[in-house]
Amino acid sequence: MMDSDLSILVRGIGKRYKIGATQQRTDTLRDLITAQAERVGSTLRGKRHQSNDADHIWALRDVNFEVKRGQALGIIGRNGAGKSTLLKVLSRVTDPTEGYGELRGRVGSLLEVGTGFHPELTGRENIFLNGAILGMHKKEIEARFDEIVAFSEVEKFIDTPVKRYSSGMYLRLAFAVAAHLEPEILVVDEVLAVGDADFQRKCLGKMGDVANSGRTVLFVSHNMSAILRLTQDSIVLDKGKVLLRAPSSEAVDFYLNRGLSKLGERFWEEDEVPASSAPFRPLAIRILDKAGQISDSVRSVDPIRIEIDYELTEDVTGLRVGCYLFTTRGEPIFTSFDTDSEELFKEYTARPKGIYTSRCIIPPDILNEGRFLLGVNASSYGIRRYFQDDQALSFSVDASGAPGTHWPEPRPGPVRPILGWEIKQKGSA
Amino acid sequence: MAEADLNPSAQVVTLKPAKGWLGINLKELWHYRELIYFLTWRDIKVRYKQAVLGIAWSVLQPVLTTAITTVVFGILLKVNSDGLPYPVFALSALLPWHLFQLSLQKSSVSLVGNSNLLTKVYFPRVIIPLSSVLAALVDFVISLILLFITMAIYKIPLTWNVLWVIPLTLLTVLAALAVGFWLSALNVQYRDVQQMVPFLIQIWMYATPIVYPITTIPEGTFRYIYSLNPMVGVVQGFRWAFFGGSPPDMTLIISSLAVLLLLITGLFFFRHMETTFADVV
Repeated sequence: MMDSDLSILVRGIGKRYKIGATQQRTDTLRDLITAQAERVGSTLRGKRHQSNDADHIWALRDVNFEVKRGQALGIIGRNGAGKSTLLKVLSRVTDPTEGYGELRGRVGSLLEVGTGFHPELTGRENIFLNGAILGMHKKEIEARFDEIVAFSEVEKFIDTPVKRYSSGMYLRLAFAVAAHLEPEILVVDEVLAVGDADFQRKCLGKMGDVANSGRTVLFVSHNMSAILRLTQDSIVLDKGKVLLRAPSSEAVDFYLNRGLSKLGERFWEEDEVPASSAPFRPLAIRILDKAGQISDSVRSVDPIRIEIDYELTEDVTGLRVGCYLFTTRGEPIFTSFDTDSEELFKEYTARPKGIYTSRCIIPPDILNEGRFLLGVNASSYGIRRYFQDDQALSFSVDASGAPGTHWPEPRPGPVRPILGWEIKQKGSA
Repeated sequence: MAEADLNPSAQVVTLKPAKGWLGINLKELWHYRELIYFLTWRDIKVRYKQAVLGIAWSVLQPVLTTAITTVVFGILLKVNSDGLPYPVFALSALLPWHLFQLSLQKSSVSLVGNSNLLTKVYFPRVIIPLSSVLAALVDFVISLILLFITMAIYKIPLTWNVLWVIPLTLLTVLAALAVGFWLSALNVQYRDVQQMVPFLIQIWMYATPIVYPITTIPEGTFRYIYSLNPMVGVVQGFRWAFFGGSPPDMTLIISSLAVLLLLITGLFFFRHMETTFADVV
């Protein structure tokens, strides 16, 4: 039994997955019958059933940490580092393969907002259903009903089936229910990646309230500024292992300076791409300097070229491939898609299967000096998001030679545009 | 497998690997009773949304099947109906059969249909097939009114035997739940199951004395083997409870034992498979 001031204790937790178990569906009854027959056969011959290690991967291995009551812990790591698996184990959605853990109090997980929402049911009905799924009692939901509705700003449509809601309304309602769940331990995974900027701010505020009210929060995000704002401590995960547990500012620095590709180019291995991305498969993303060389460090006074290579394994309609630029703190700077222009939008309504490169240029004198993160998104608007990686690549911008550098002071802000200053004398003294 | 101590003052949840075969935690199930209620309510609500006739379908469906069966088997094929008017004979069997069939149809695909819940939130997984069966039970209770109407039309006196409907319904629910546990858990891994269910239901229906009387089956050992089908005892009992005729005897006992066996194995199988649902669904 753990100390009473601890809220979460994790000792040597590991989770092993069978490779392909979730991706392929070759499982049939015939396979089951032959496998069972083999197992019975080997048991009869006195052999223990040993699973071959090559068929399995450890999504988590030997994870140890503890969280004090009322503490907010950030979990940082690249895609595939094991963050989601860790949250699934902690929220008891899946069992660990090995190890031991204890959680004190009710665990509320926001692995995805709107879990269990049914499109045919009204907003009111969904509040009750979703609340019950998230572990709230009917009385609690009734007591907070008005508050939930007010937070969601959908009062007028509360008796309309949610299938008639706009996606914004749907998200607001879903988050409102989740935000009013009051568990002792709140597990949050990237809920802030949704909604408009206003709503995101509101969500962050609510999360902050939860953390300040003495409850334990586990927070997974790619948004480093949100991690810094909401958590005191963070753990850095990589390849299923905990690399570091430190105060968040230290952990964020460690993560940013270490984890990401440093060569100005990033390749995606097949096992790094979730099966759900199909038919889109990212191959590589790279930064090129003025001379067309792949580079990790480019000059702000030169054009910066971004190239994204990808494969479409089927014909795709309405696809747009684009990039996000973030500061290393995770604040967005811009979003741009390859079919933003009217001509390209018309020309590429449908893309036949094949291998593609989408490239663009960040014009000179846009970015300030510093380090930046480049994210990739491939989606069909309003239909489906195929792939998203908010930290595909990082690169540095060097501002030497840029206007204003004759003063050797650093300038705050991620951009350094040329604003065409004019100076006019209005009269003489 | 995680187990919760549900005393709110000292709620400590333990995480550890699942080992062996797990029984059922009734205390935990009780703790989640409101979720059972809401999921059942959702299933009923959604089934009749945007249907003009709404919940009236739960009465209309057995009426229509009774009509079809009466025309084909009663009038055209002139099947012997144990001395009862054929519509009465068919309806008394079709009502519990409908409950069983609907429960099976819904529960077998219930886990896969709720995969978004399985991969996102924790709750005892048995709740999902359980609420599918409970939703079917609500339909059944409404449709019972048909039996009373029929009794009035044919001037059949009401007896205390009618109370047998309660344990018989319970037996049907348990039978459906037992098969539902097996099929829903298998379907998570092997989608062949949902392809097989319609055929299974068809075969099962003809293996139950619904359109023909049980007297068609020769007495003795063969009748006993036949009664391993849980629905044999149920249907036989239903007919007797409402309209008299041959009372349920050994058939009901054998059927009940079969249900018990299926239920226990089904539950253990379900709990065993449960640990991998979120990973394979």
